[in-house]
Amino acid sequence: MTMIAMWVRIDEENLLQAMQEAREKLASVQGELVLDFSSVRRINASSLEAMEEFIGLAADKGVKVVLHGVNVGVYKVLKLVKLASRFVFVN
Amino acid sequence: MGAGAKVITTNATHEPAPAPPAGEGLGEERIAYLERLVSQARTAAAVFTQYTQEDVDRIVKAMVLTGLEQAQHLARLAVEETRIGVMEDKVLKNMVATEFVYNYMKDKRTVGVIRELPERNLVEIADPIGVIFSLTPITNPTSTVLFKCIMAIKTRNSVIFSPHPKAWRCCTEAVRLMYETALKQGAPEGVFSCLELHTLKDNAYLMQHKDVALIDATGGPSAVKAAYSSGKPALGVGPGNTPVYLEKTADVSAAVVDIILSKTFDNGTICASEQTVVIDDEIYDRALNKFAELGGHICNEEETELLTRTVIDPKTGFMNGMAVGQKASDIARFAGIPVKPGTKLLIAPIHGVGREHPLSVEKLFPVLAVYRAKCLDEALKMCVDVNHAGGLGHTAVVFSRNDEVIREFSHVMNAGRILVNSPGSVGAMGGVYNDLVPTFSFGCGTGGGNSTTDNVNIYHYLNIKRLARRTQAHMWFRVPNQIYFNFNAVENVHEFPSRSTMIVTSPALEQIGYVELVRRHLPEETRVHVSVIPDAEPEVKVVLQGVEELKFYKVDQIIALGGGSVIDAAKIMKLKYESPEADLKELAAPFLDLRKRVVQYPSEKLNRTRLIAIPTTSGTGSEVTPFAVLTDKEHGRKVTLADYSLSPDVAIVDPQFVMSMPKGLTADTGIDCLTHALEAAVSSYGSAYTESHAMQAIRMVFKYLPIAFEHPQDQEARSMMHNAACIAAMAFANASVGVNHALAHAFGARFRVAHGRANALMLPHVIAYNAAVPTKFMPSPNQKGYVAHKEYALIADLLGLGGHTIDEKVKNLVAAVEQLLDQLEFPRSIADLGISKEEFERAMPELTKLAFDDPSWRSNPRMPLVSELEELFWKAYEGRSPAKAGRLSQQQSA
Repeated sequence: MTMIAMWVRIDEENLLQAMQEAREKLASVQGELVLDFSSVRRINASSLEAMEEFIGLAADKGVKVVLHGVNVGVYKVLKLVKLASRFVFVN
Repeated sequence: MGAGAKVITTNATHEPAPAPPAGEGLGEERIAYLERLVSQARTAAAVFTQYTQEDVDRIVKAMVLTGLEQAQHLARLAVEETRIGVMEDKVLKNMVATEFVYNYMKDKRTVGVIRELPERNLVEIADPIGVIFSLTPITNPTSTVLFKCIMAIKTRNSVIFSPHPKAWRCCTEAVRLMYETALKQGAPEGVFSCLELHTLKDNAYLMQHKDVALIDATGGPSAVKAAYSSGKPALGVGPGNTPVYLEKTADVSAAVVDIILSKTFDNGTICASEQTVVIDDEIYDRALNKFAELGGHICNEEETELLTRTVIDPKTGFMNGMAVGQKASDIARFAGIPVKPGTKLLIAPIHGVGREHPLSVEKLFPVLAVYRAKCLDEALKMCVDVNHAGGLGHTAVVFSRNDEVIREFSHVMNAGRILVNSPGSVGAMGGVYNDLVPTFSFGCGTGGGNSTTDNVNIYHYLNIKRLARRTQAHMWFRVPNQIYFNFNAVENVHEFPSRSTMIVTSPALEQIGYVELVRRHLPEETRVHVSVIPDAEPEVKVVLQGVEELKFYKVDQIIALGGGSVIDAAKIMKLKYESPEADLKELAAPFLDLRKRVVQYPSEKLNRTRLIAIPTTSGTGSEVTPFAVLTDKEHGRKVTLADYSLSPDVAIVDPQFVMSMPKGLTADTGIDCLTHALEAAVSSYGSAYTESHAMQAIRMVFKYLPIAFEHPQDQEARSMMHNAACIAAMAFANASVGVNHALAHAFGARFRVAHGRANALMLPHVIAYNAAVPTKFMPSPNQKGYVAHKEYALIADLLGLGGHTIDEKVKNLVAAVEQLLDQLEFPRSIADLGISKEEFERAMPELTKLAFDDPSWRSNPRMPLVSELEELFWKAYEGRSPAKAGRLSQQQSA
């Protein structure tokens, strides 16, 4: 099967909107979707909720979600809310 | 701020115990609701970890301003809902909970680095705790919520509140106001929540929830107990029973005002408020008159009985919940006691503490028990009784001008807060009458079943991490400040004025004229006495006899002329002469680190005596070391003393005293010197100072020992070896020795083999052992990495032994040592000494025990296991050359 990977840049100011775009792209992705978090300094509760929903959808579709450039503060938040194990992290 | 114990039993759902197991009796819907609360609090706490100090300080300030603006609104709600207390006082409580708490915390760091201790190389870093489940009381509902919300934000935690059900509406409003303000300032969503009307089952479920990090229970004893029993970290603060001692020297008028204002504050609902005032007989009537004058009603016996029936539950013996926080006049009316209008306080004389004296318990309303004490002793005992009648760990108050009385009172009270000449309730809160930390949660210590006696504050809401940077232990290089060396150095004794000098020496040295050689150089005015002691390891008996001689002649200078044994004996004589109370057995107690050992050597000395050491062998180096060994024949053991106070004041290293040393002694002492230097060079206590001395001594031994051995009259060789022994001793006096000495001490003692010879048998094997990768590393803060093999390689280089790799160099060093031993005609194995394998095997348990007990190895670079000591003994027994074995050092990098 041909792998169709996709790269979505996440903007801290419009994180929810960016996640929505990512959700829309899920349909056309096979294999892997990369979310670029390198410009996200902080994350809030609504964003975490959106990410949890998103990773659930991705799992249903068999898509691996890779978070790129997550800073250690955000990474710690994902660990604390037990979401970290559901993503793949690359620097 | 804890509510009174039985008040909550009457009114609350926090109280009945035991709490049901988590989840039991809760429907799915309820569990889902509780899970949502925890999930949102957990998310909020996680998000909060990203906030900076500036973020939280901004939010806190806004919350404090909201609390101040809403203080009256919340106070009214609280009084309307609970029917407890005084609205005006609750406004003050709300303001203290905001303004005073803010004033305390505003400049304190609670995010990231909160304290740096550069002198200790420590940095303290604050981490939030996470989700806090918080129980709040009926007595101080809104003020406690405000206080906890502000603390939580300052420390970046989220809180799920479980208010007392009878204060639920006012608490929910307080949480709402705090939450909305916090959100506006950017706090994480879900940072505060408040349980909807709830039951004990909800509390039990949340207390045991895996995502709740801390329980902060302010309430009665059952709430506190449930919190501590949950298996979670908990802050539980509970009820009190504050005794007050009004002592005869007190300012009675001022004290009475303080007591009235405190006991009537919010109608006595603060658990730190005064419960029983113990008054000295001399001022009792004056004090009661003052109470009456300022609005107190003094109950007679009949009224006291009526009051007791009204405010104390006869079944439980605790206060009646209906009375909590009610006005004095209302309570009097209920009791049928006629009082003047404006009566503030009902005062009931009691005659003891306990069930027979019902009013001696905690009373969270304006009823005060008073007791007339005939004397200080009776007063203090009465206060202790009150303290133990439900008030352990909480608060106690004393009014007195007598510091001794205040101190004695503070010693006998079991209370986290002991307040002096100030009101109990407002005083305990902190920040108003004293410098205690402002709080609405009083830790009562173990007496109250709590984990702390503190006024609970922001630091109880933080995990404080300590970043501990590696420190270098203080090191030293201590040797006698005067060392004279080379031929005729003994002439220098004339430089030391003395009225009475004792020369301590051995019979042989006296016979060959060495004593005379010294005596002739002493100043003419010096009276000289000679103490001849056996030339063997000194015995306690011999030393004590010597001390008697020193006393008899009022000696001010001791000259130790001899080998290590004589010099050691003189060191101990001096110690006992200067400090007769010194207990040699105690001073010989084992220690791990000289700087931290339990036993301290005497510093105050009776007679200051100069000790001049003149060695007559070239090996022990006792003339510059802080060690002395003596034999305690009575108890069948050796006593090793180690302290720099034992070091001689002057060393005279004059080779003319060693020119006549026999070959065997030259070899034995020479190898002892080499072992000192080799062990000091790789010691874990080593430093650049000791290493330089050790290296020089090693170089001198390899060059001059064979010459001194073969040509005993070679003055240069003798001189150099004499200096080498002293220089090596300066190294090991400060870096100590190692496992070679531990093995040699054990073997030498068990088989009566000379120390130098015993050292020689072990030396090649110990070098090989230390050069290999250790099974266990020795803790050594001053060294980076394992370096013993590199040190040996360095020595090989210094000696010009060749080799390309570390392993080759270590092997060459071992071979050079073996060659030296051969030149000195040493036996190369223990078997060569005629000791049978069976005998050696039988001795092995004792040998390994002695060696492992020996303090010498504590500075060895490699920590020896007992099995390794045994292995080393066997290698020495067999005597196979380690230089001819395979690879020694496992580490190749130079």
